[in-house]
Formats: sequence, structure tokens, C-alpha cells
Amino acid sequence: MSDRLAVRKTYKLYIAGAFPRSESGRSYPVTDGKGRFLANAAHASRKDARDAVTAARKAFPGWAGRTGYNRAQILYRIAEMLEGRRDQFTAELRHTGASKTHAAAEVDAAIDRWVWYAGWADKITAVAGAANPVAGPYFNFSTPEPTGVVAVIAPDSPLLGLVSVLAPAIVTGNTTVVVASEPAPLAAITLAEVLATSDLPGGVVNILTGHRTELTPWLASHMDVNAIDLTGIPDEHVQDLEEKAAGNLKRVHRPTATGWTADPGTARMTAFLETKTVWHPVGV
Amino acid sequence: MTTTELHGFLHGLPGVDQVGAEERAARLASRSIKMSAKAEAIDLAISMVDLTTLEGADTAGKVRALCAKAVHPDPSDPSVPKVAAVCVYPDMVDVAVGALRGTGVGVASVATAFPSGRAPLEAKLADTRAAVAAGASEIDMVIDRGAFLSGDYGTVFEQIVAVKDACGDAHLKVILETGELATLDNVRRASWLAMRAGADFIKTSTGKISPAATLPVTLVMLEAVRDYRAATGRQVGVKPAGGIRTTKDAIKYLVLVNETAGPDWLTPDWFRLGASSVLNDLLMQRRKLSTGVYSGPDYFTLD
Amino acid sequence: MTVFEYAPAPESRSVVDIRGSYGLFIDGEFTDGHGEPFKTINPADESVLADIACADEADVDRAVKAARAAYERVWGAMPGAERGKYLYRIARIIQERSRELAVLESIDNGKPIRESRDVDVPLVAAWFFYYAGWADKLGHAGFGPDPRPVGVAGQVIPWNFPLLMLAWKIAPALACGNTVVLKPAETTPLTALLFADICRQADLPPGVVNIITGAGDTGRALVAHPGIDKVAFTGSTDVGRQIARTLAGTSKKLTLELGGKAANIVYADAALDQAVEGIVNGIFFNQGHVCCAGSRLLVQESVAEEVLERLKARMATLRVGDPLDKNTDIGAINSAAQLDKIRELSAAGEAEGADRWSPPCRLPDRGFWFAPTLFTGVAQSHRIAREEIFGPVLSVLTFRTPEEAVTKANNTPYGLSAGIWTEKGSQILWTAQHLRAGVVWANTFNKFDPASPFGGYKESGYGREGGRHGLEAYLNV
Repeated sequence: MSDRLAVRKTYKLYIAGAFPRSESGRSYPVTDGKGRFLANAAHASRKDARDAVTAARKAFPGWAGRTGYNRAQILYRIAEMLEGRRDQFTAELRHTGASKTHAAAEVDAAIDRWVWYAGWADKITAVAGAANPVAGPYFNFSTPEPTGVVAVIAPDSPLLGLVSVLAPAIVTGNTTVVVASEPAPLAAITLAEVLATSDLPGGVVNILTGHRTELTPWLASHMDVNAIDLTGIPDEHVQDLEEKAAGNLKRVHRPTATGWTADPGTARMTAFLETKTVWHPVGV
Repeated sequence: MTTTELHGFLHGLPGVDQVGAEERAARLASRSIKMSAKAEAIDLAISMVDLTTLEGADTAGKVRALCAKAVHPDPSDPSVPKVAAVCVYPDMVDVAVGALRGTGVGVASVATAFPSGRAPLEAKLADTRAAVAAGASEIDMVIDRGAFLSGDYGTVFEQIVAVKDACGDAHLKVILETGELATLDNVRRASWLAMRAGADFIKTSTGKISPAATLPVTLVMLEAVRDYRAATGRQVGVKPAGGIRTTKDAIKYLVLVNETAGPDWLTPDWFRLGASSVLNDLLMQRRKLSTGVYSGPDYFTLD
Repeated sequence: MTVFEYAPAPESRSVVDIRGSYGLFIDGEFTDGHGEPFKTINPADESVLADIACADEADVDRAVKAARAAYERVWGAMPGAERGKYLYRIARIIQERSRELAVLESIDNGKPIRESRDVDVPLVAAWFFYYAGWADKLGHAGFGPDPRPVGVAGQVIPWNFPLLMLAWKIAPALACGNTVVLKPAETTPLTALLFADICRQADLPPGVVNIITGAGDTGRALVAHPGIDKVAFTGSTDVGRQIARTLAGTSKKLTLELGGKAANIVYADAALDQAVEGIVNGIFFNQGHVCCAGSRLLVQESVAEEVLERLKARMATLRVGDPLDKNTDIGAINSAAQLDKIRELSAAGEAEGADRWSPPCRLPDRGFWFAPTLFTGVAQSHRIAREEIFGPVLSVLTFRTPEEAVTKANNTPYGLSAGIWTEKGSQILWTAQHLRAGVVWANTFNKFDPASPFGGYKESGYGREGGRHGLEAYLNV
């Protein structure tokens, strides 16, 4: 090791494809597993949350309008970019207290999870959709469509947990506002660097770091957010957030017993899908 | 008009959605016409019948019998109205005219190489002139479906114009033979084509092709005459023909007229039913209404 | 000119036998309720039809316990094939008693007998028949090899399609192995109570279906009851919101089918006669008491005048009056309260500057009636363009381009349904793709089928009813 002084990274927010500081000018210190200072993370405000929702809404039609094949390639590209930064993420996870083996395994699992979900982009419609045999001269089909803007409250697993809740939300065409793990937010911002270089349009994923209890009520009550994933929310706060989410009938994904660690099935995708049914007469 | 002009016009008409049209016709067919309305409808339907015999085996005797029936559909009940017209082949026109003179029942004749229409124009015109000369007050011509289906609208148009000219004072009913036109879009186009060429009536069918008149086809034709009058001020009549066998059928057509083209069409001047067997059923139902008991076929004449 | 007047053609009432009073159907028996009984009336003449028991909290508790016991002892463990046979039986009895059900529905609700006879009741039978077939095939429905029922479902349904909404709720719930406590709307309880009798004729085990009557308090007690595992609600968005709040922090599953303000988009190249029919069917079907009603007509400017002319002519042929007359197209408004709401919003439409038009039409003196009404010159900002009227009132707006049509159509917190009229196939699919609505009818409107998923986007609720998708709400997945 040389005695060269390292150039540290400033951890900022990720909104609309850019990396702004919190408009509030606040930050909070993030420490490693032993309580040592790691970095100051941006302490996002409700206005940052608002800006993130605006960015997500703006990005929604374009992202939802991409072909499944295109979204698949972009998610796969994310996996490629993550693979290229494997060592960086492993080191970052070790800072949170994970052993080297465990950190490396988590990074590998996160990469593989992007690959798993990438493949779903052009298949979920076939699995969740239907041609419905109605009793009349009509062609009738149902297709799943993205719900819209999804607020994702990520669990405290800094990378795999985050990817496990984020990827299923965006692969189908939703756009997201993510509240990263409060104690371990740094990997989320580093992941944003990956997203920013993976051809993912700006605004599809917006990442906020800060205090969960401060940000989530604003997102749960925001009338232009269509759904909320409460996976990272402690049980005692669920009721309040669900009540707020009822304001505009948000689709709510409650924390589940198995959480994000369960084998990914389709449930996390279908939770944020609408079913659209189209009728048309059959005649000459 | 040229084929090109007609093509532009006819294909610029709003389309017809088959399922929607059939649904509308079925909905109207579910109207429940009872009591006084039924009595009124039966008499109206009788007065709209074009009592028809179009057989190779037709004879003067057969036609005279039909004419007698037309004037007094129910000999035992003078309150039964007479039918609108008797419809025969051109060579039977003089027989019918003789039998119906002074009765107020019209004589209609099919012409123009009915039912196929596959004859030279000169033959069709001669056919028409012969019928008119024999005293027919109404001519039921067929369009050239081959020309229509091949897009040669100009030929169809010109033939109608020529036949109309040959009709003189006789009313011209133009048979579209909708069973061969296959789609309701074609029915609408053919209706407008015939009206623009001068038709006084548009008529569904020859009765020789299946399907003959149907409710959806008649619905589309009624919409056409309604829209044509709104656009031009000229009223054109409608005649479904073939397949109308029961009182229930006939009343469904009247409801269709009432709620599509409107009450202005609910007279024999503007709406006809091309049929023969329906008449006895109308008479049977009429007697049921007046006597309160069901009648039977033995009480009505088979002519 | 002959005037062809249709003579009255009333369906006979003799087929129904309305008792003087009705209890609650709990555990296979009619029992007394402990709330204040209420009356259900015939909205067409305001006559009292029957006294209806009102379930209080203790009654709700009894019903939930009966459902729980039936779930644990009988229904939850019964092989799917056997459950299916019960549902098939119910479907058949509904067909056998179809006339009675249709007449009773029209008497209690005010809807035309043509609709209860040709739409509601046939669909009710079809719904049971369809879901009967799923009962022993759930492992093939895409929810895992052996999906389990949720348990006891609390179901609250509206007054606009009383029996049909009952079928939408009960058929999939039972097919999946759940038991139910269902509360019909307080203005239309009679067909649900007749359905209780059908359950008995089918020998359905006691407690599998429980029908409790009452108003909002009864409904609140039901959805809040800790003994239920799933809530299904169809009704207003406001009540849906309250229910979502009530269920916050619990593990109860929830599906909501709420309000709408559907756009019915008519492009210039539409098949105009069928489009006009679709507009009429879209807004005047069931007096406009339809959550998915096409209450906002968006017509392309180049044909707006022609469409309106045809629409007005068509509206003039609508027959308003006795719901039991077989020729009636528009029946009675379901309640005085609903009539007030329709009147209030229509008055707001006039006050805000829209032009109001109705065809000449004589309304009966007694009962609740509202003439079919058209508003032109409506702006997006008008209340009648934004709020659900739930009556026979159509707001007409215009657009110039497909983008504008879609933008206006989506400019609402609702997202239940929409209509598209054009003869151009690619334009249909483009429009359908861009509409944020759960059901899109192209060149048709207000079509329903048990095989077809139904439900909304945004504030029109969540979850789907109908089809394979409709099973999810009643399975533990």
C-alpha cells in the first residue's frame, strides 16, 4: 500500500438520472459494522422525495412503452455492469460487516437476480395474460400492464435485498422511487452508478437515502404514486403507512414472513401489474 | 356517375359493425307487442304485403287465385284490409292487372332477367318495358351482383338508371340480393348506390337465394333510407322479401321500421313485406285476437 | 302517418312471493337481527316491499363464526370436485328460477325487466357455472400445485346489480374453498335473500353462505371483524378508501371494485350507427347505475355534430317507465338519495355552463325517475366531466387527435373502463394500449362475461373479478 491519500466518493442521491445532493443540504454519517465512520450519505428531504416522484412519473410512459425485449436487454446490461464492479461491491459490503465470502456471495446472488428478472421482461405477459373464451362473438384478451410509479422501501440488506425488490418492480415497466436501507445506504448509491451506465433511462429508478420514517409517509400519501412496497418497513409502522396509502388506493405490498429472501417467483412482479382486458367484436 | 366517383363515395360511407348491427336488431326483436298494438300491427302488416308467386309453374289460374286472396285475404271477415300488391313474373302481369282492376291492389312485376339478372342490358330493358306495357305499376329489378362485387359500380348504377327510365311512371324497386352481397358494408353501399341511381324502393332479396331478408340486413337498409332522406330530402321505401313466415317475424320488421327509419315509413307506400305464407299466419293471429281462441290452418284459404 | 304505439306489456308479478319480513340468513337458517329493521321499497312506485332485519355487531359475529365453523368443518376440507358440484347445482337452480329472480330484481332495484331477464340473471347463472368448473382445477390455475383458500370472506356489494354482484363475489369464493358472509345493499336485499333459499334447495352445507342485511354500520362491522380473512367490496371509491384504511396493518386480503368515469372515444371513422348504439348502451344501460358506464363521450370534432344528431334521434326512442314492462329501456332510479345526487350534479352541470338536453319524455308521477340526459359544451374542468354521476347523464366532450383523446380519457383519478370506436384496427390497439383502464371495449360497450377479468386501475380499485385472474383474490397466494 502506498501512503497516497485516497480520493473518497461523495454519496449523493440518484434522481432523474442525475446525482444531486439533497435539496435540504443535509447528510448523515454512515458507519461500518464496528461503528467506524464510512461516509456521509445524503439525508433526503420530502422535497427530494417529491422530485423523485416527478422524475419517475415523467419516465413512466417511455419505460412502460419499451418492448419487453428491450427492457430485458437493459436489465441484463445492469447485470453485466454489476459483474464488472464485482470487487468494488464486495469491498463495499465488507464495510457493512459481512465476511469476504459472504459479501462475494451476496454480490454474485445480486447479479444473478438481475439476470433472472431480465428474462422475465418478455415472458410475464404470456404467463399473466390470457385469451378469454367469452360466450359471444367477441375476441377478448387480458394483458398485464405496469401499475405506474412504485415507491420501494428497500430492506436493510444493502445490495441483494435492494435488487430483489427493485428489479421485479422495473422489469415490467414500472418506474420507482427507492428508499435505500437507512443504516446501509452506500451500496444503493453505488448501484445507481451501475444503473446510470446501463442504458436505463433516467427516472426509471430514483434512489433516496436518509431517514425512512421521515420519507416514507410522504411517499405513502403521495397522490401520484400508484403503489408501495413496504418490504423494508418494520411491523410497527405498517399500519400507518397503509392508512396513508389508502388515500389514492395504492397497491400495497405488505412485508411478508419470508421477505425478499424467498426464491423469487412471479409474485413481486404481479404485485405491481394491472390487468387490462380488451373486447372486440368478431364479424365481417 | 363513374365507377371511380362511386367508389370514392360508397367506400367513404361509415362502416357497419356486423356484431353491433345484429345485436341491435336482436334487441329490437325482443320488443313485446301485445293487445291493441298487436292488432294494429297485424292489420298494418297485411296492408304492406306484396303477395308473391314467382314460380316456373305459375299459371293464369294460380295468379287469379292469388289476386282474389289479395283483395279479400279473409273472405269471412270484410274488416281485413287488402294487401298492397301482387307480385308476379312479367308474362303474368296482364292476368293480374285484369283480376285486380279497380281493387286498389297494385301489380308488381319482377323484371330484368329475375332472379339472376344475367342477361344483356337490352333484354333486361325489354323485360321491363313489357311488364310496364302490360300494366305493372311496380317493377322489382335485380342489380348485377357480379358487377357490384367486382367493384364495377358504374355498370350497376347505369343499369338502374336505364331500368328506371324504362319504368316510366311505374315505381322501381331495386333488389340488392343481400344474400349474395355477403357483408353489411356491402348492403349499405348497394343501398346508397341504388338510391342515388333513382330507386323508389330498395328490396333485400329475390327469395331465390338463402339467406333472404334478415333483420340486420333490413336494419342497415332502413338506416340507409333514413340517412338518404336526411341528406337529400327524398324518401325511399324498403322491402324485405323472403323468409318472413310468421306474424312474429312481420311484427319484428315493423318495430325495426318504427325505431330506425321512423313512423314516416310505416305505411304501404314506404314499406312492404315480400311474402306469401305470412299472410295466413297474420290472419290466424288476427282471428285469435278477435275471438280469444286459437284458430287453425283449415279456416284460411291456401291459394 | 301511422303512430305505432306499443301497448303496455308488463311481466307478471305473480311469479314472485315477497314475504312481509325477512331475517338474517346465518348458518343455514333465517334468524332475527338485533339492529333496527328497515324497509325495502319499490323505487318505481315507492311502495314498501318488505321489512328487512338489520344485523348488529353481535349478529355479524354470529355470521362470521358460522362461516368459520363451516370453513373448518366442511367446506375448506371438501374435495374441489364436490364443491364444484354444489356450485353447478346452484347455477342450475338459478336457471330454473330465472323468471322469479328477474322479476324480483326489477321490483326491488327498478331496472328494466329486459335487462334483469336478458343480462343480469343469465350472467348470474353463467358465473356460478364458470367458477364451479374451477373448483377442482385450482392446481392448474397458475398459483402453484395446491393453492389453499383464504378462509372466511366478508363481502359487501352494491345496489346496482344486486344478484350479479353477489354471484361475482360468492361463486369464486366458494369455488376456491372459502366460506362467506355477504352483505347486500340496504336498498336491494331481496334477491340475495332469495339466493339464500336457493342455497337451501341446493343442500349447501349450513354456514358456507351467510347473508346479513343492514346498512353502512353492518358493513363496517363486517369488514372490521377480526374473524374474517378477506374482504371484497364493490361500491363507491370513498367507502373503498375507508375499508382500505380499516384493513391497514392487518393480514386481511382486500379487493376493491370502485367508481369510474369512463371515456367512450368515438373516432371520425367509426361505424356511426353502432357507435351511437354503444354510446346509448354505455350510459343508459341500467339507468347509468354502472361503475363502468361510458359517462364521458369523447367524440372527434370532425364528426361531433353528426354523432350528436344521431344520438339525440336515438335517445328520443328510449322508453322510460315501468321496470316490469318488457319494452322499457330505462327504469327507475334506485333510491331517493341517488336521485338527489343525480339532480344535484346535473344542476351543477348547468350552473357551470354546459348545455343540457333530454328528449321529450313523460315520467311517472310516483317513484324515482330521471330522464335520459345529455350535456354538450362540457369542459374537462366541469364537475359532470370529473365526478361519477351514477345516473343516465352523459357528458359530451370533443377531441382533435388520438393523443388528445387518450390524454383526456386518462385525465381522471379513476381507471375502470373505456370505449373505443373506430374501423381502423391499428388505431384500436394503439388507443387500447394507451388507456389507463382495466376494461377496454372496442366497438362494443358494457359487455361482461365470467371468463373475462374485470377491475380497475388507480382509484377504481384493485384486484380482478372474472376469469382465471378472479381466483387470486380467494386463494392464499
